Amino acid sequence: MKKLMLAAAALALTSGMALSQDVVRMGTEGAYPPYNFVNDSTGEVDGFERELGDELCKRAELNCTWVKNDWDSIIPNLVSANYDTIMAGMNINEERKQVIQFTQPYTPAMPSAYAALAADADIEGGVVSAQTSTIQAGHVAESGATLLEFATPDETVAAVRNGEADAVFADKDYLAPLVEQSNGELVWVDGHDTVPLGEGIGMGLRQSDAELKDKFDAAITAMKDDGSLNELIKKWFGEDAMLFE
Amino acid sequence: MFASCSDPSALEGFAWLMCYLTSGTHLLFYASFGTVLLLLAITAPIALLFGFGGAMASRSRIAPLRWLGKTYTAMVRGVPDIIFFLFVPIALDQGLEWLRHQALCDSSQPVWQGNDFVVCAAAKLPLSTSPEWVHQTYGFATAVVAFAVVFGAFAANVLYGAMQAVPRAQLETAEAYGMSPRQVTRRVLIPQMWSYAIPGLSNLWMILIKATPLLFLLGVEDIVYWARELGGTKTNAFTYPHPDWRLYYFLAILVFYLLMTWGSEKIIGRLTGRLSRGQATLAGEAMRKTGGA
Repeated sequence: MKKLMLAAAALALTSGMALSQDVVRMGTEGAYPPYNFVNDSTGEVDGFERELGDELCKRAELNCTWVKNDWDSIIPNLVSANYDTIMAGMNINEERKQVIQFTQPYTPAMPSAYAALAADADIEGGVVSAQTSTIQAGHVAESGATLLEFATPDETVAAVRNGEADAVFADKDYLAPLVEQSNGELVWVDGHDTVPLGEGIGMGLRQSDAELKDKFDAAITAMKDDGSLNELIKKWFGEDAMLFE
Repeated sequence: MFASCSDPSALEGFAWLMCYLTSGTHLLFYASFGTVLLLLAITAPIALLFGFGGAMASRSRIAPLRWLGKTYTAMVRGVPDIIFFLFVPIALDQGLEWLRHQALCDSSQPVWQGNDFVVCAAAKLPLSTSPEWVHQTYGFATAVVAFAVVFGAFAANVLYGAMQAVPRAQLETAEAYGMSPRQVTRRVLIPQMWSYAIPGLSNLWMILIKATPLLFLLGVEDIVYWARELGGTKTNAFTYPHPDWRLYYFLAILVFYLLMTWGSEKIIGRLTGRLSRGQATLAGEAMRKTGGA
C-alpha cells in the first residue's frame, strides 16, 4: 500500500510538471432536458446550458470542457475542485449561497409547476415527488404535503406514473414536454401550473473563484444586452418563455 | 452508425430499433460493460495481493508487523463497505493533491479556503488541461484502490484462516527434511493452503462481482448509470423518444450478472476439483476412491 502510494505520488509529481493553461471544467447533471441532457445520438452533453455555456466561454475567451456529475454530489464536488462551474438548472437561493457563489441569473425566475394523473390531485395533503435538494423539494416540504424525494428528475415523474406519488413538482420547462407528449396521461394540476419560485438560474462557482465569476458575469451581461440570451431562451423553451426585459 | 440512421423519426419498427440500439449513448452503455469487466480483472489480483500481504503480516513474528496486519483486517472488515468506498477515493484524491500542492506550488497559500478545497492549477490531479479519458481513468483507478483495500481485508482473513488450516503434520515433515522456516512457508504452506482458501475466496469473488454497481456511487459511469440514464422517459428533445423503459434495461443487467456468477461458479468448481486432488481432506479422499477426476 505504502509503496503504491509512493509510486503514485512520484508519477503524479513528474506528470504535473507540464504547464497548465486555463481550462475551465463545466459541471452539469446531464439529466434535465431541455436545460441539460445527454444527446442520444452523439453521447455528448447537450441542451440550453450547453449552448449558453459554450457561448459564454467563447466570449470570455476561456477553454471549456463539460463534465457530468450526479445532482446529489454536484455542490460537494465543485467545492473540492473536481470541476470549476455548475450549470445545471440550479436556482439561486440563500442556502446554496452559503456554500458556493453564483453569477447573475442567466434565466428569469422560471416558474415551477405541479403535474399529476388528474387535474384535481391533492397537492396539499397528498404525496408529492420532487428531486432531492432542489428548491421544489423545499417548497413541497413547507406546503404540508408528504414529500417523496428522488435522486434524478426522471424518477420523480415515473413515481407519478406508477401511482407512488399523487403529483410531481418541478421546473415547468422540464415538465412541459413530458405533459404535452404523454397523450393526456399527465396533466397540470388545476391552478398550480405556474408557481413562481426562486430567483432565476445562475452559474455556481467556488467562493474563492472571484476572477472567474467576474468573467462569466461580464459575458452574461453582454449576452443580455445584445439580445442573444433571449434568443437562446426562445430557442430552447419556446416562444412563450419568460425573457429578460 | 448506419447511414440510414440520420433521420430516425422517419423510421419504424425493426429499423428504428437497430438505429436506437447503435446510438452514441448505447455504444457508451456497451463500453461500460467493459469497464465492469476491467474493474474485476484488475481488482481481483490486487485485492488478493493485499490479502496475501495482510495474512502474512498477521502471521509475522515481528510484533509491529503483526499489529499492522491485524489492525488492517479488523478495521476494514468492521466498517460498512459503502463508507470506505466513499471515504477512500476522496481521501486519496485530496491527500495526493495536498502533497503536490506542498511540492509544486507556493505552499503558503492555504489549501482550505472557507468551504473550498483549492490547490494551485499545477497541483490538480488530474490537471484541468488533461483530456477527459485521463480524468475517467483517474476516477477508475481510485475506485480500484477502494475496492482492493476493502476486499483485500476480507481476503487477508480467508488466507490467514487457510494457512492455519494446513495440517501441522505436513509442515513438521518438511521441517524434518531440514527445510528452513521460509522454505517451509514457500514450498509447503502456501501451495497447500489454496485448497482451504478456495471456498472463502470464491465467496469473495461472487461478492465482488455483485459489488461492482457501487462504481456508480463513485461517479464512474458503469452499467447501472447507463441503464438508468437510457431507460428513463425520453421526450422529443431526444433523437429517439420513448417511454419509461428502465425495466428492460435493468432486466438486461440482471441477466448479465446472472451469467457472470453462473460462469464463475463453473470455473470455481473446476478449480476446487483441481486443488483437492491428492489432498488429505474429505474431498481429496473422495476423489482418490473414485479414481480421481
